[in-house]
Amino acid sequence: MAHDARKALIDPLVNNNPITLQILGICSALAVTTTLATSLVMCLALTAVLTLSNAAISLIRHHLSRSIRIIVQITIIASLVIVVDQVLKAYAYGMSKQLSVFVGLIVTNCIVLGRAEAFASKNNVGLSILDGLGNGLGYSLVLIFVGTIRELFGSGTLLGVQILPLVTDGGWYKPIALMLLPPSAFFIIGFLIWGLRTWKTEQVEKPEYQIQPTPVGERR
Amino acid sequence: MTDYVSLFIETVFVENLALSFFLGICTFLAVSKTVETAVGLGIAVVVVQTITVPVNNLIYSYLLRDGAWTWAGWPEIDLSFLGLISYIGVIAAMVQILEMILDRYFPALHRALGIFLPLVTVNCAILGGSLFMVERNYAFGESVVYGLGSGFGWAIAVCALAGIREKLKYSDIPDGLQGLGITFIVVGLMSLGFMAFSGIQLR
Repeated sequence: MAHDARKALIDPLVNNNPITLQILGICSALAVTTTLATSLVMCLALTAVLTLSNAAISLIRHHLSRSIRIIVQITIIASLVIVVDQVLKAYAYGMSKQLSVFVGLIVTNCIVLGRAEAFASKNNVGLSILDGLGNGLGYSLVLIFVGTIRELFGSGTLLGVQILPLVTDGGWYKPIALMLLPPSAFFIIGFLIWGLRTWKTEQVEKPEYQIQPTPVGERR
Repeated sequence: MTDYVSLFIETVFVENLALSFFLGICTFLAVSKTVETAVGLGIAVVVVQTITVPVNNLIYSYLLRDGAWTWAGWPEIDLSFLGLISYIGVIAAMVQILEMILDRYFPALHRALGIFLPLVTVNCAILGGSLFMVERNYAFGESVVYGLGSGFGWAIAVCALAGIREKLKYSDIPDGLQGLGITFIVVGLMSLGFMAFSGIQLR
């Protein structure tokens, strides 16, 4: 039992990371990472929604008929997202303007529905909460990593504090403008996956085709 | 009229949903292995987007917006916080209705699009389109053009990616980059290409 709980919490961090392995919830991971602050808020919002929705769906899993479960799950998730959105608007209005539509898009974030469907509808409440927390943290790890790189090299700051002195202020660092633009997010996650799979070789996908080596006799 | 044309071109190329706003990337990566399926999904997205964005526009301006109930004598009601749940409801219902209509009147098309329609419900490009429409205060006419344009832009991007990936599977890729990794890099390069359009000023 204790082993199961640890597995539900720790596994999604690296071995079964929602973004780099399960290919879930990539949209927001790319869009909100231009600064570290927006990434952190997004992580908090998603982890909260994921944990609560996993708990709620796990609670009602025995009363839910299979044919209408998707619509019930989406309604629960949408209500939770509305709560998070309203809290953000009330206490961090500037931040909610910066995140623009992406808080709302947690509704269709595949991690939430994916975990509800794959885990919470089959397991008890305690485990489901841990699974939600674990996947939220796995998502956060990637987001914080990408957000740190993009903010540090794109504008020389971290959480708005100047780390690398800019050329325009008499320092030595010339910011890489590409880091703040959409393509860099794709490149960083691409290279992150490469690095991760070089470390954990069991995550490597099989190639669809293999180039047949030329038989020795035909070589010239 | 020229306004509508420039809005269309802007949503297709400059503000491409997939490549500059990262919307619908999950489906974008999952269903772009062959051109044939990518075209099917692309058409489904265009159709659903063109229907749902204007419908959500009507719902927003006549039921949810601050003061939208003035016609019924309740000018102080503001239901805009119910936006999210209504849009996703509309999208799910529209997809279901579309599926039933296609099944009844165009069975061939239904067979071709069949498996993609339910997928479209949870595609963030669709919900994102409706949310952007609200955030930017589009009028009804603009919302029709925006729906068509953003769906079309997404469809172009997914077909282009599928074309590249079909060729890509014959190439010799480092082990760690195989599959998902190289796809990300390719999409990054495509997004770099689409950024060339961002200098275009149409309005």
